[in-house]
Order: sequence, then C-alpha cells, then structure tokens
Amino acid sequence: MAVEPGVDIRPTTLAPEEPGGDRWTLNFGPQHPATHTTLRLVLELDGERVLSCVPHIGYLHSGFEKLGEHLDYNQYVVVTDRMNYISPMANNIAWHHAAEVLFNIELTPRCKVIRTIIAELARIQDHLLCVGTAALDLGAFTAFLYGFAEREEIYDIFEDICGARFTTSYTRVGGLMQDMPDGWPEKIKKFCKKVPSTLDDMVSLLNRNRIFVERTKGVGHIGHDDAINWGLTGPLARASGVRRDLRKDEPYLCYKDNWDGQGSSAVQFKVPMASGGDVYSRYLVRLEEMRQSLAIIDQLIDNIPSGPVNVLPNDKKTLPSKDEVYFSIEGLIHHFEQVMTNRGFTPPIGEAYGATETANGELGFYFASDGGRCAYRARCRPPSFINYQCFPKLVEGHQLSDVVAILGSLNVIAAELDR
Amino acid sequence: MHEATEKVISAMSKAFSDVDFAPSPLVDRGDAPAGAEQIYVRVPAERLLDVMRFLRNDAACAFEQLCDLTCVDYLDFPKARDRYGVTYSLLSLSRNHRIWVKCFVNDPNPEVPSVTGIWAGAEWLEREVWDLFGVRFADHPDLRRIVTWEEFEAHPLRKDYPLRGRGERENYKVLTRESR
Repeated sequence: MAVEPGVDIRPTTLAPEEPGGDRWTLNFGPQHPATHTTLRLVLELDGERVLSCVPHIGYLHSGFEKLGEHLDYNQYVVVTDRMNYISPMANNIAWHHAAEVLFNIELTPRCKVIRTIIAELARIQDHLLCVGTAALDLGAFTAFLYGFAEREEIYDIFEDICGARFTTSYTRVGGLMQDMPDGWPEKIKKFCKKVPSTLDDMVSLLNRNRIFVERTKGVGHIGHDDAINWGLTGPLARASGVRRDLRKDEPYLCYKDNWDGQGSSAVQFKVPMASGGDVYSRYLVRLEEMRQSLAIIDQLIDNIPSGPVNVLPNDKKTLPSKDEVYFSIEGLIHHFEQVMTNRGFTPPIGEAYGATETANGELGFYFASDGGRCAYRARCRPPSFINYQCFPKLVEGHQLSDVVAILGSLNVIAAELDR
Repeated sequence: MHEATEKVISAMSKAFSDVDFAPSPLVDRGDAPAGAEQIYVRVPAERLLDVMRFLRNDAACAFEQLCDLTCVDYLDFPKARDRYGVTYSLLSLSRNHRIWVKCFVNDPNPEVPSVTGIWAGAEWLEREVWDLFGVRFADHPDLRRIVTWEEFEAHPLRKDYPLRGRGERENYKVLTRESR
C-alpha cells in the first residue's frame, strides 16, 4: 500500500510487532459498496481483529462553505440539496431556518405546517435508508427492498410539491418555493396508512433474526458520557441514553407551543431512547422515530391552515409570488430588486446560529453577515462529520465484518461529511 | 439576556476577574425577541484553556458538549480589528442553554490552545479549522489536514483565497506508465 509522503497514516500508539506476528494493513474503500459513498479507512489488523483504524476523509470535498460566501440566501439552497442527499428536504429547511433566525422572520402558519410535514417525511426517508442498508450490509436484502419501495413513494410526494424528486430546493427565505398542490394531503395520508405495515414487516424480519441480533447487539458500544463528550447528537446520542432532541429542547416550527399565534399547542410525540448504545439500539431508536414521525404528520395533515405560504414581501426579504411578478409592475420591480446583485437581501450585521433536528442529528448553520446579499461566512455544522470522528474508537477490538455493521449504524453520508 | 446566560456570565466574571469577557449578542439589533439573543464572550488565547475548563465543570455553566468549533476570517468585515475569530459553540445538555466563545488571533502566527483535552469531539473540528483557515492548535494530538490533501499549501476558506482560478491542478504530478 502506498503511503503519502509526509503523512504518517500508521497509528503511533501500537507497540511494534513481535517477530512471526500476523499483523497486516488493509485499505478499506474509498470505493466499496459497504462504505456507501467515498470513505476510506486504513485498518491495522491482527488476523481479522481490528487493532486500529485511521479514517481518511475529503474525497468528496467540494468547498460548499466557500460557495456559501458567493451565493445569496436563496441561491445556496441548491447546494444544501447536495449535502445529505438522503433527505435533501431536511437540509433545505435547516438552511432557511438559520437564515430566518438571522433575518428574524416569523413564518406563516401554513408554511410552518407544510415545513413540519416535509421535515418528518424527510426523517422517515432517511431512516428507511439507514435501517435498510444497515440490514443489507449484514446480508439481509429483503428489509432493504421494503424500505426502498416506501422511499419511492416519498420521492413521488416530493415531486408533486416541488417538481423534483432528489434535488428539491423547496424552501425560500420566509416561505416556500410554491404552495402545495391540490390532493397532496390525501397522497400523504395514503402513504402514512401503508408505512406501519412495512415497518412491521421489517421488525418481523430483523428484530428477532438471530444473525442480525448476534451481529449487532453489543457491537460498537458508545457510553452515555462518551456520547456527550464526542459531541454526538440525534439517534446516535439517544441510543446511548442522552435525552436530547432539538424539537423538544429548542422547539421551532410546529414543535413549538402557540406556533400559529392563536394558542395551538405543539405537536405531540415521544422521543425514543435506548440505553444499550450499540448498533442494535440505534436500529431500534430509528425504527421508533419513524413511527413517531408518522404520528406527527397524522396530527397536522387534516388541519393545514389556509392563508399565504410566504410572509408578506413588504420588508423586502421574500420574493413576491409569480402572479405578482407577471401581472403587476410593483411585483416585477420588487422581484428584480431582490435578485439583482447590487440590491438583494439586507440582513443585519452580525452573526447567528440556527439548528434543526434532522435524521442524523443537529444540523445547524452559523452565519456571519456583513450586511451584504450573501453571507460573509456560512458555516455548516454537519452531524455526519461530528458523528464519524468517534468511529476509530468504536471499531477497535472488533472483527473486520463488524466494521461494516458499525459504519452502517452511524449513517455517515460522505457528501455531508466532506461538504 | 436570558436568565441562564446571565448566571453563566456572572459566574465567569467572578472566577476570572482579570479577563474582560465583554459579553454581547452575536447580532446586535433592536427587534430580537426578549430572552432569545445568542450571547458570545471574548476570551484571550492565553486564558482559553482555563476558561473552557471552568465552563465545562462549573455547576452553573455545565457546558458538557462542544456543539461546534469553527472560525471566521474577519479580513473584510466591517469594523473588525482582529483577523481570525475561532468560535466555540458550547451547549449545556443538563441546563439546555448555549453560549459562544470567541478567541481572536492574528497573523503571522495564528495559534490557539487545543481543547481536545476537555472535549474529545474537538479533534476533527480543530483539524478542519487548521486545514481551511491555517489557525494552528497547540498540543493537538494529530494536527493533520482533514478535507484537503497533505501536500496542499493554501488555506481555502481564508478571505484572500479566491473562489476560482489559482490552479493547483497544474501542479499535480503527471503519472505515466514509465514514472510509476
């Protein structure tokens, strides 16, 4: 294996090998089906036992944060699609949630409900893939296909609302690209009726499957204090007994009481937790989170408030609707003022941080704004990046085949990891 | 200012009477909802570790988690005096509050102490800041570049690095069958 000049990829903590030993180095990835995307691990093995692991990341680094300094607050949403492409809607919402913290915009009730529904659909979409591929990596193909069949339906729902299946770019500052189409809630209701039986199928395939349980229970253990110290968030932390969910602790959208300004209470849901801290616990937490997401959608889908989806364009922060642009001179002027490079957004000078709970954990954006139309600095706090750094500690002492199981349970998306 | 944040600031000022933390909101504006401001404090690099250890362990602060660590290059920022602001976003899970700590450093040798000894999660975040901004972290166990490659010499998120057109690719070695 070639070693890059100047880089010591061999860990220094290992004692020198005794003569006649069985130690060898394996280059795992960057192109391997079980690494899902381009991740590279250099594993030091004794037989099949992992002595140490050095991850090398950056194969998908494309300078998203640099681009964020040159695209305005609406344009950049296209780039967020490409971060965690398993649930692009969740990234869109996270980006514009942070932008609205900076601009201090209160959304309309209709927009909040639609955003909450698609955020929960994105969570289901992400967890279905994670649970499915985690099983696939352990050889269980059927659960994976069941999950993918349901994901296809979610893609259809997203296609109906924004015209794109994968790169959605649906949110805008202060609202959404467009209102939902007629018949959209019925489609979601039909979908929500179907999913529980799929989840039941997955449960009956995996939960007491001896191979699955033997290969996941007690594997890749993270303790409660370690999870906090490593900065883990989301299902990973909750599977280790850390009670933290931004939807409860720092509520936003419809997770907040009085979200519509008329005293409506926040949506009701439970935060699934486990104390095992192993791969199996993470699987169980994700499975239960999907059911809770369905419950949230169920509470909102019948009562989508009427009214506009975008906040009024009076304060020159939001784009006017296409009707106004095409049929009124004021709307046209306003639209041009908003998109011209020497006009555009006028955010306050300063910094702001906004975070949402996505399927992988806390996805936050930290803006520094110099008052211009683009952010001066657009930092993304990617959950995958922070979740992945404890990986070498998790695999030490495990078998080579467990590396795949642990990697699957972390649900690392390389495009978000490298940005 | 939020009540919990006020307590943190007063505990900090009591413990470190020699440091001027200058607590202020991240964004200064009149229309912020009361109690929802995001507050940051300034800490000089030489006292950073002491302050961070205090914030982690003091009962009123209890910032068990380093939520994020990043940097802003204030080269063209209005009214900025220092160049690099290493920004620590701290989160207390038990008390559910946040605070931002900023440590300003300047050329020619931007360096802050590493907080990996306090929060293990800082390791890759510090490597990323070193890689993209060129701010060194003293006593970091493994300060290598993380998203770019080791032979790369620039720090691309600095404001004096252009979005396009510097041409590192021309410097790549051309591999031929013979040279392998």
